[in-house]
Amino acid sequence: MTRKQRRLSLIASAAVVLAIAVALVLNALRDSIVFFNSPTDLIAKHAKAGERMRLGGLVKEGTVSRGDNLMVRFDITDGTSTVPVVYRGLLPDLFREGQGVVAEGALDGTGAFRADTVLAKHDESYMPKEVADALKKQGHWKTSNGSSGQGGPQ
Amino acid sequence: MTAEIGHYALVLALALAFVQATVPLFGAHTHDRVLMAVAGPTAVAQFAFVSLAFFSLVSCYVQSDFSVINVFENSHSAKPLIYKITGVWGNHEGSMLLWVLILSLFGALVAGFGRNLPIRLKATVLSVQSLIAVAFDLFILLTSNPFLRIHHPPLEGRDLNPILQDPGLAIHPPLLYVGYVGLSIAFSFAVAALIEGRIDAAWARWVRPWTLLAWIFLTLGIAMGSYWAYYTLGWGGWWFWDPVENASFMPWLAATALLHSALVLEKRDALKVWSILLAVLAFSLSLIGTFLVRSGVLTSVHAFANDPRRGIFILAILVLFIGGSLILFAWRAPLIRRGGLFSPISREGALVLNNLFLICACATVFVGTLYPLMLEAITGEKISVGAPFFNATFGPLFVPVLIAVPFGPLLAWKRGDLLGVAQRLLWAFAAAVLAMAAVFSIQHGGPVLAPFAIGLAFFVMMGAFIAIVERAGFLRLPFATALARARGLPRSAWGTALAHFALGVILLGIMCETQWAVERVEQLTPGQSIAIAGYDLAFDGLSTRAGSNYEDLVAHFTVRRGGELIGTMQPAKRSFPSRATTVNESALLTRGFSQLYLAIGDVQPGSSTAVRLYYKPLVLLIWLGALIMAFGGALSLSDRRLRVGAPVPARTRAVLAPAE
Repeated sequence: MTRKQRRLSLIASAAVVLAIAVALVLNALRDSIVFFNSPTDLIAKHAKAGERMRLGGLVKEGTVSRGDNLMVRFDITDGTSTVPVVYRGLLPDLFREGQGVVAEGALDGTGAFRADTVLAKHDESYMPKEVADALKKQGHWKTSNGSSGQGGPQ
Repeated sequence: MTAEIGHYALVLALALAFVQATVPLFGAHTHDRVLMAVAGPTAVAQFAFVSLAFFSLVSCYVQSDFSVINVFENSHSAKPLIYKITGVWGNHEGSMLLWVLILSLFGALVAGFGRNLPIRLKATVLSVQSLIAVAFDLFILLTSNPFLRIHHPPLEGRDLNPILQDPGLAIHPPLLYVGYVGLSIAFSFAVAALIEGRIDAAWARWVRPWTLLAWIFLTLGIAMGSYWAYYTLGWGGWWFWDPVENASFMPWLAATALLHSALVLEKRDALKVWSILLAVLAFSLSLIGTFLVRSGVLTSVHAFANDPRRGIFILAILVLFIGGSLILFAWRAPLIRRGGLFSPISREGALVLNNLFLICACATVFVGTLYPLMLEAITGEKISVGAPFFNATFGPLFVPVLIAVPFGPLLAWKRGDLLGVAQRLLWAFAAAVLAMAAVFSIQHGGPVLAPFAIGLAFFVMMGAFIAIVERAGFLRLPFATALARARGLPRSAWGTALAHFALGVILLGIMCETQWAVERVEQLTPGQSIAIAGYDLAFDGLSTRAGSNYEDLVAHFTVRRGGELIGTMQPAKRSFPSRATTVNESALLTRGFSQLYLAIGDVQPGSSTAVRLYYKPLVLLIWLGALIMAFGGALSLSDRRLRVGAPVPARTRAVLAPAE
């Protein structure tokens, strides 16, 4: 093979591999991504039953009820709308009422969200309210974040 | 005082970095040996001052000096000493300081070990390395200073995030950072080659050991992180395609590609421009990883930082270094003389193929990681790209790499004989078919792909073995001669074989775990038992146990198999009063390479406990494989040829340098 042919064969194989990669990515982006919705989005979109998605919000206070065989029901709210969620299994350690949560699953026919995965939002800077108040007094508190590394001496 | 000393030392390190980034570069430009010689000592001094800063911070943590904000936020006086120390890098500011510490360590290492480097190349490399240090020193001092004080110091700290109080955290980030930041050396060498406008085999011989070193640590770091997630998070997963994991996996893929292409550059003086591009790419991906993790653009398990100013600062660093090096590449790369020729069927060809697929696989991970961020930034739509995406893209692209792996080392340089190699791999094919048949015969109605993947794993393992058998000549020569030849093989040959073998081991572990793991989720009361994969676990009851800064609620289980006592498992819920949080402490029982995995969930009145139990067949092979792979890398690194570098050509050029 001449130099030119060799280079061409290299470029051609690179193009083929790249094309395969692009095709795979486009195909997977169509089929295997999951949209994230808040309860308000979910209701506004009139999501179809069985369509897989993630639902995120706060676990509404006083709505967690446990049934037999690890069944759990709770409501996810964003303050405006509320969606009831049904889940069977172990809840994550950080799951608690009033805290952020993301459930993955789909709506069933009855308007309830049937989750197969529940993720509690993992907030490293979670802190007790008293400490937060104390920090606010000191001026080290920023509303955007819990860990106020930027406070600085005044 | 300690915090102020640290702060001051970091400012001095910044000043030194600034000198090192400019003076030697100017010296290299004007051929001034005195100015170029500034690089070495400043690199060492810079490392000394960053170390001083780092150990000042460690000392603040050990003393529980809560007048330092960073210590107050991430430590607690009752915490065990080991977690006081590891807490230093369990937060944003401290981990950036560790980042810079490792960066300056690598600079000092190049200064120390680079005696036989051409003086101009060395000066330029150290300058570029120091330019990175300037950017990150400034980042720490301006946006993430760990040495700031509180006016009215509190009596007690807020403690480290409980999930990070684990031996895994003690080693995972430093390993990963050595890997991430170690790639900066390859980057600096690449940029220096572009500035000088030339690159040769000696360059590759210099870059390869550094890349290999970084790659070994990256491999260990990723594996450690994976095992940590596996036993910490309590749902038995070991890889989540989480953006933070991808952030470390992408540089690993690029570094793997670079290791292979640098081999071609070293042996055959080809793939020059491509190797430079890969070196730039590998470190760029490390920077992108740093950006993803440190800027807070992600909300994921690992995201610590939440300050937009930091995000914009890192983004600026990213644009400056990636953009700058790519512009330099576009401008200078055409100057580099084109390299040697090779036929598509040859060792070089196989390595090019490896590079092509690795980089495309890396690109799909990149798209999957960044697409959700881009989409959210542009349309506000939030999506999650999870395992299904990566299985559908990364998987198919990695399979050809695995098939090609046994062929590569058996092909000759320049012009190879594919048929001959296939014949020599006959036993590997046989092993693959045998494994496939075995799996088909025991599996009933499972996924069809699993037996093929298992076959592939055996093909890769056997292929690595054949590479050694062939090189030593076990089938051609008398056994004693072959044995002597095997002993005399360069360590890099053994290293390659081990690393390739490990790939098969990892694949085997992954396939067994994903295809045949069994899960049971149940609610148990004391006295009840649960069965899985032939094991019976009896729930004996709950008890509490006090720790240094936590309290455990322990569930006691007795494990039996066919009536015979095997052991006990004690999963727990660990609550930390200082943070009012609970973390899961799962229990593992190892049987050969397989594990029983037990975690507890909510406890209802009457000690009725939610239990999640897994049987994970051969799961340990995943991490064992990674260890073998890293060991292979280390063996290769200890090869005399690599350790010595390229003394002859380097010295000649060093002598000639003043005449340039």
